[in-house]
Amino acid sequence: MSKVHVKYKVNGQDVEGLCEPRTLLVHFLRENLMLTGTHIGCETSHCGACTVDLNGKSVKSCTVLAVQASGGDVLTAEGMTNADGTMSALQEGFRQMHGLQCGYCTPGMIVRAHRLLQENPNPSEEEIRFGIAGNLCRCTGYQNIVKSIQYAAMKLRGEEFKEAAQ
Amino acid sequence: MNDMSPNKIEREAKLEGMGCKRKRVEDARFTQGKGNFVDDIKLPGMLHGDFVRSPYAHARIKSINIKKAMKVPGVLAVLTSTELKGVNLAWMPTLAGDVQMVLADGKVLFQNQEVAFVVATDRYAAADGCEAVEVDYEALPVLVDPFKSMDKDAPELRDDLKGKMTGAHGPRKHYNHIFEWQVGDKEMTDMAFKKADVTIKELISYHRTHPSPLETCQSVASFDKIKGELTVWGTFQAPHVIRTVASLISTIPEHKIHVISPDVGGGFGNKVGAYPGYICSIVASIVTGKPVKWVEDRIENLTSTSFARDYHMTCEIAATKEGKVQALRVHVLADHGAFDACADPSKWPAGFFNIVTGSYDFPTAHCAVDGVYTNKAPGGVAYRCSFRVTEAAYCIERGMDILAQKLKMDPAELRLKNFIKREQFPYQSALGWEYDSGDYHTAMKQGMERIDYAGLRAEQKKRQADFKAGKTRDIMGVGVSFFTEIVGAGPSKNCDILGIAMFDSCEIRVHPTGSALARVGTKSTGQGHETTWAQIIATEMGIPSADIMIEEGNTDTAPYGLGTYGSRSTPVAGAAIAMAARKIKAKAQMIAAWLLEVHEGDLVFDIDGFRVKGLPEKFKSMKEIAWAAYHQVPPGMEPGLEAVSYYDPPNMTYPFGAYFCVMDINVDTGVYTIRRFYALDDCGTRINPMIIEGQVHGGLTEAFAIAMGQEIRYDAGGNCLTGSFMDFFIPTAVETPHWETDHTVTPSPHHPIGAKGVGESPNVGGVPAFSNAVNDAFGFLGSTHIQMPHDYWRNWEAAKTLGLVK
Repeated sequence: MSKVHVKYKVNGQDVEGLCEPRTLLVHFLRENLMLTGTHIGCETSHCGACTVDLNGKSVKSCTVLAVQASGGDVLTAEGMTNADGTMSALQEGFRQMHGLQCGYCTPGMIVRAHRLLQENPNPSEEEIRFGIAGNLCRCTGYQNIVKSIQYAAMKLRGEEFKEAAQ
Repeated sequence: MNDMSPNKIEREAKLEGMGCKRKRVEDARFTQGKGNFVDDIKLPGMLHGDFVRSPYAHARIKSINIKKAMKVPGVLAVLTSTELKGVNLAWMPTLAGDVQMVLADGKVLFQNQEVAFVVATDRYAAADGCEAVEVDYEALPVLVDPFKSMDKDAPELRDDLKGKMTGAHGPRKHYNHIFEWQVGDKEMTDMAFKKADVTIKELISYHRTHPSPLETCQSVASFDKIKGELTVWGTFQAPHVIRTVASLISTIPEHKIHVISPDVGGGFGNKVGAYPGYICSIVASIVTGKPVKWVEDRIENLTSTSFARDYHMTCEIAATKEGKVQALRVHVLADHGAFDACADPSKWPAGFFNIVTGSYDFPTAHCAVDGVYTNKAPGGVAYRCSFRVTEAAYCIERGMDILAQKLKMDPAELRLKNFIKREQFPYQSALGWEYDSGDYHTAMKQGMERIDYAGLRAEQKKRQADFKAGKTRDIMGVGVSFFTEIVGAGPSKNCDILGIAMFDSCEIRVHPTGSALARVGTKSTGQGHETTWAQIIATEMGIPSADIMIEEGNTDTAPYGLGTYGSRSTPVAGAAIAMAARKIKAKAQMIAAWLLEVHEGDLVFDIDGFRVKGLPEKFKSMKEIAWAAYHQVPPGMEPGLEAVSYYDPPNMTYPFGAYFCVMDINVDTGVYTIRRFYALDDCGTRINPMIIEGQVHGGLTEAFAIAMGQEIRYDAGGNCLTGSFMDFFIPTAVETPHWETDHTVTPSPHHPIGAKGVGESPNVGGVPAFSNAVNDAFGFLGSTHIQMPHDYWRNWEAAKTLGLVK
């Protein structure tokens, strides 16, 4: 199959390459750019392990063609760390609040949470749960993921994290 | 550190040993997208394999034509059973003593069975190749209902077993029968039933479901023809077992096989067994001379690798009219699908189902299990539970509720009346187990108090009156579940896998500068072993957790272990870790005595070193001792500071817990609301409370899914109706309830650190709590037992059956 030229800004860097028109964005990221932080869990856009940020919106890269996204600005799990190499508020939140176990859903979850907090810097628990409903986790039962995101939200707002009363 | 040693609290805190909520070591890489999972592996020249699968549940294969597929650009090879027969691998042994087709040989026995394996330059070309393989099928009658499997005119499924009336576990009663397994005293039990004041009998089905970890099953095989060495990276919960199996079924000696489990994205029992994909990637690498990757997609995962449950349990309890249980009789019809690929220890065809007497003091019991074949996917794995323990817990916990209903007794009161008492431990159960320790009454009463059980029952009574008076359409249920697990398989006297005793192991090396490397025979699939194993060592031998590196999953470097499943890591490997650390501590004590010029009996261990009794300023830290171990050992002693332990547990461990679920159900819509869920777990000594709570949350969420909707369903033609996450229920953050956790601590008396294991308790105890809540809600309207899963539709159906909706 003949190949087409695609180019993106991925995690702030200009990249380009050749791929078949049918290549999925997730495969281009993982196979061509070796950005394997973005995972595949279902290939039917249900699980969200492949979530990346495309032009300021969360997308499931298993159901976006690489050519469709060409010219776009892509943010993946690898681009979530602070510029100075330290852990971002979300990454730290997931660690502090035990928001992950096997780690397979985590990159998609953090990329999604990043967009959620851009859209709503002070979400309620209900808004967080609704906001991450496109991302499945089989290990944590979500309770600590919610806390992780609350931790990050508070830190980003410059407040000290307090666990909500149960 | 010596004389100037800081105070004890600071020194202990620095260790980050057992009991502290140590943050996880694993998180730095996973949160930054730097995990290393199987599909992340990319080798030079690597090829991709993909399966042609059967659209039929039962059909004869008339022909397979691969000519067109071989012309597809990028396709390099197509394997069928013909090629596999050439290397004697068309069939493979299962862990349950059966055999399973690797690629369809003559016929197919379930939908999506593996028929051919196409190898190509990339995954897209492999999929193209699969499309081009032509298979001519002749459809055969399909057997879906296990209750019809032993009918006279049932379709005969297994050609390979024709005429063989004895299987791996004794005589077979019918051509679709696999085994009958019996335990207990039938005569005594039957007699107790004859004399009993009250008996109950109910068919309690635990439906077919699937573990579906977020990462599917995958492998990369690379065969080096020059060296004759095979390296396999895979999603293996038990990498050493995979190495031994690979050696036994191939001609490759075991020392030339390197099996590596890198980061694994959840297991839940799905990644214990060996699958056709693993075998085909290995054969394809041998055939092509290049590394071959196989990655299962989600539909393949749900429809072909390892279902769980599908146990149809007829439960009978005999009791006095005062509610004292006298006998338990259970018959199970176990649907194993097309091949018995159950992942149980060899001698246990129905796992540890004989834990079915649960937490209650049954004087006698009898249990029989019949395994049968149907045209469904093979398996029968332990999905987040020890072998068949969740089925057993569900059976007895539903049974006790049904008995309570018949006796018009409160279900919690009935349980309290029948619990094994604290002073009865170690307790010999009627079905052959020796429970190590427990304090059920304390746990139950603590739970009842914390959840205000009496208040809830009063509220429920009022709600029932309101419902009957037409004031509300919402009914309320309080689900009670008190489970006893049996985990930590297991003692070599009764537990083996393919003849290998189910011990586990640990090797620790302390480096000259006082840091350490520990390698363990288990494999974390999210449990956080890199964090918790170091905590055990830290407390046992006084080196800070932060200075201990934990390695698992590489069979070349890790000592032989049986892997991670059945909550066995802490009970078995956790013990091996403590024992290895104690060996090092013993040698360290000799070195310290030499350095301090005292007899070793004059030393006491003090957090992070040895101190001379009565002379507190005479102290040698482990860091100093480690240095001395490499340059200043006592005369005659070998230098170095390392140890290996292989631990054969003397008994299983028996974690337990009290769970309560408060649920409201609207009878007009079937919509339920989980108002509260309270889980008290007793897993003995707690290594890391943060990780325990996380495991309980996750296990409860899986229990919630299973009880309230998650199911693998087939239509009458054997078509799987739940083959994607659209149809197979995985709860999102929106549906998932809020979890309240609590604990008591009753250490295991035989385990070196008293720990029992916890990862699977919430699944085992959670399912009956949800199901009992639904049944408790409907009970006052005349129903006895409603089958799981309790989704909205089935709740509405139940209401309809009871005449509550028109």
